[in-house]
Amino acid sequence: MALIEFTNKGIYCKKGGFYIDPWHPVDYAVTTHGHADHVKWGNKNYLCHDLTKPILTQRYGLEDNVQTLPYHQQIDINGIKLSLHPAGHVIGSSQIRLEYKGEICVVSGDYKVEYDEISTAFEPVKCHTFVSESTFGLPIYHWEPQHIIFKQIINWITSNHQKQKTSILIAYSLGKAQRLIKNLSSDYPIYVHNSIANLNEAFAAAGVNLPKTIRITPETKKEDLQQGIVIIPPALADGKWVKSLMQPAIGICSGWMMVRAGRRWRSADAGFALSDHADWPGLLDAIKATEAEKVFVTHGSTAIFSKYLNEIGIEAEEVSTKYGADDDDDVLIKSIQEN
Amino acid sequence: MKHFAALIQQLELSNKTNDKIAALVDYFGSAIEKDKPYVIAMFTGKKPKRPVSTVLIKTWAIELTAIPEWLFTESYHAVGDLSETIALVLPPAKTAIDKPLYQWIIELAEIGKQNDEKKKEYILNAWNGLSTAERFIFNKLISGNFRIGVSNKILVNAIAKQSNIESSKIMHAIMGKWDPSVINYQQLIQGEHVNTDNSWPYPFCLAYALDTEPENIGIPKDWQAEWKWDGIRGQIIKRNGELFIWSRGEELVTDQFPELHFLKHELADGTVLDGEILAIKDGNVQSFSTLQQRLNRKIIHKSQLTNAPIGFYAYDILEFKGVDIRSKTLQERREILEKTILGLVTPHIVSLSPVIHFETWESLAELRLTAREINSEGIMLKKMNSVFHTGRKRGDWWKWKINPYTIDVVMIYAQKGSGRRANFYTDYTFAVQDGEKLITIAKAYSGLTDKEIKEVNTFVNKNAIEKFGPVRTVKPELVFEIAFEGIAESKRHKAGLALRFPRIARWRKDKKADEINTLDDLRQLLSAT
Repeated sequence: MALIEFTNKGIYCKKGGFYIDPWHPVDYAVTTHGHADHVKWGNKNYLCHDLTKPILTQRYGLEDNVQTLPYHQQIDINGIKLSLHPAGHVIGSSQIRLEYKGEICVVSGDYKVEYDEISTAFEPVKCHTFVSESTFGLPIYHWEPQHIIFKQIINWITSNHQKQKTSILIAYSLGKAQRLIKNLSSDYPIYVHNSIANLNEAFAAAGVNLPKTIRITPETKKEDLQQGIVIIPPALADGKWVKSLMQPAIGICSGWMMVRAGRRWRSADAGFALSDHADWPGLLDAIKATEAEKVFVTHGSTAIFSKYLNEIGIEAEEVSTKYGADDDDDVLIKSIQEN
Repeated sequence: MKHFAALIQQLELSNKTNDKIAALVDYFGSAIEKDKPYVIAMFTGKKPKRPVSTVLIKTWAIELTAIPEWLFTESYHAVGDLSETIALVLPPAKTAIDKPLYQWIIELAEIGKQNDEKKKEYILNAWNGLSTAERFIFNKLISGNFRIGVSNKILVNAIAKQSNIESSKIMHAIMGKWDPSVINYQQLIQGEHVNTDNSWPYPFCLAYALDTEPENIGIPKDWQAEWKWDGIRGQIIKRNGELFIWSRGEELVTDQFPELHFLKHELADGTVLDGEILAIKDGNVQSFSTLQQRLNRKIIHKSQLTNAPIGFYAYDILEFKGVDIRSKTLQERREILEKTILGLVTPHIVSLSPVIHFETWESLAELRLTAREINSEGIMLKKMNSVFHTGRKRGDWWKWKINPYTIDVVMIYAQKGSGRRANFYTDYTFAVQDGEKLITIAKAYSGLTDKEIKEVNTFVNKNAIEKFGPVRTVKPELVFEIAFEGIAESKRHKAGLALRFPRIARWRKDKKADEINTLDDLRQLLSAT
């Protein structure tokens, strides 16, 4: 019997009696990471990484019914050995490793292979069955090393300062925002939107060491914002507040910015191909490293990517999930481009 | 090349005209002198001969990346641009080649003369030495399709700002024929070549669509009304015994219209006429589809000369006795124009675009409704005291078009768009009813709001019946009203007719698929026009 099956509620481990990232409420949900397309409110019990809990608490008010685990610690659920392994996607993001009678299955959730200085680095886990995302599953996606991209971002900000423009970076509150803060903080003071500040506080309380940022309030002076870096979530990118700033210049940080068409977004002044997902070589390397006999491809370029895997001799099948549907970072930016 | 790649990125990063101008001013102030004429040539659409075919470029890229062709094609569909797709899929560069832009361009022209093996060696070597952004530029240099959102107007304004030369002079200087390998930047923008060449056209003065009631633009007596003709806007130039005909697309079309060649003997030297090239038979202006038989042909058959004889309706005169008279008022120019046209010996072929006399806006509005009867698109309103502007300027010239034709159709295919909409189904194919069947009638890309596009997208995702590459066949359920400017017979289309400028007017959510128009309705419309 297969360790997991794909049901209309989500990825289900029958033997263990739990779901992984279900999109309908269930009794027992194992959560890969805190993005909203992977966490649904209303499950009876949650199991996640130690650092995913503060997100669930801060965002969904979940507290008592959340059980946590550090990476690599194995527990037994109805005979299934379960452990969490770093996925490198955002803080706390985990691949879920399941083992039963020597049969190993890994559900990766979202992942990226490059170390971003803030999320625990991705770790390949050998398995028989691997469930992979394919958000950027096309050979056009090759990320540059992040230090190069951060240098480009800093150059852009410096040039904005010279022109008295306010630099606004659009980044999802969970993940990209912390990554930017961590990697840009030595250069300029960073001002963040409430949703980001709240999460940062939750992380700080859980012991995550984040550089200092300033919460934007109605009292924050526009001149100060112009002197620093402003980070806001995508939903606000088009709002009145941004327009009220001194010569706002909007920079979007997303893998979709790799392509010119993605960059030509009406209110964006700059696009940086900085993603929390694996690029094409990243996906292929990660999959090969698992040595999996069978790969299930979830959200993204599922059809194309699984067809290609089969052609290169890795048995793969596309599965339909609800991930990537609403507000994972890169997905959200893509969708607001169309709004 | 790095400098130019940076310019392109800057131009793409902003959608504001002022930012683009600033980036261009910056560039022309600091770029390598020799690069500048090439950049102007590129931005104004002057294409050198293609050195390597698309097929070869694509084949080599696929070979180099070792991905299957279908995957390359899928990538292309996601990117929407071949040059960019190749730049993105190639493995990272292993060396760094730093050459100025002009050198690349010259080398490419040279390599075009070599055999395929040499071409391949050169291209692969270049790809291996350029960053993704530079590769994209390099590929664009090969294809020659450098459209980057810089209009001639933006370019000219930037150069004018950078050089302190009057913009109309620069516009005049950069239009037409010059060779970037011969002319230097200063000579070019100073227009030193302009006087030596007889063919130079003036930039066309363009009109905005009237977006208000005519009452709001003033009183009738200040305005000259003419029919808006649906042909090819053209400029006829006679200088030093030579005749040139330019189309609005900055294309020399002299040879295409032998009917007009008599002007070489009848127009005085130093005369430039602005007007419309039309198919005119027995004194009647024919539809655009008739004129179309005569466009872009290298060889003109006798039957085409009889079926679609060419005439010219003169709107304006820009140069008279060798003097640029564009700054005279329309009223003054019209007088000169009338004298010029009436002085022609050969009758009927070139005539004045008639002025419509009207007392009130109401009476003109009524006349406008009859425009279709004479194959006109509506009315042009030109201010009596207006000068002949360079390009589009608000306020002096207005086009007051009649409303388009509309029909209700059903969507049967959808395809993902390109550019900003590369991930959404935005390109639709529509059908009308033909007995029991549906028959394809038009494709349209625009006309829906982003919100509606999302809705249609959801529908397509849920109702796709078949996949053909990027195309999805969908259940024929969504009814749209499409607007179009004209209808013509067409052997190429299954329906036997083709619509001109079809676009979505609105989504008819109130209608069902069995309420759409029929092919017979369209045939009737065709025979009525």
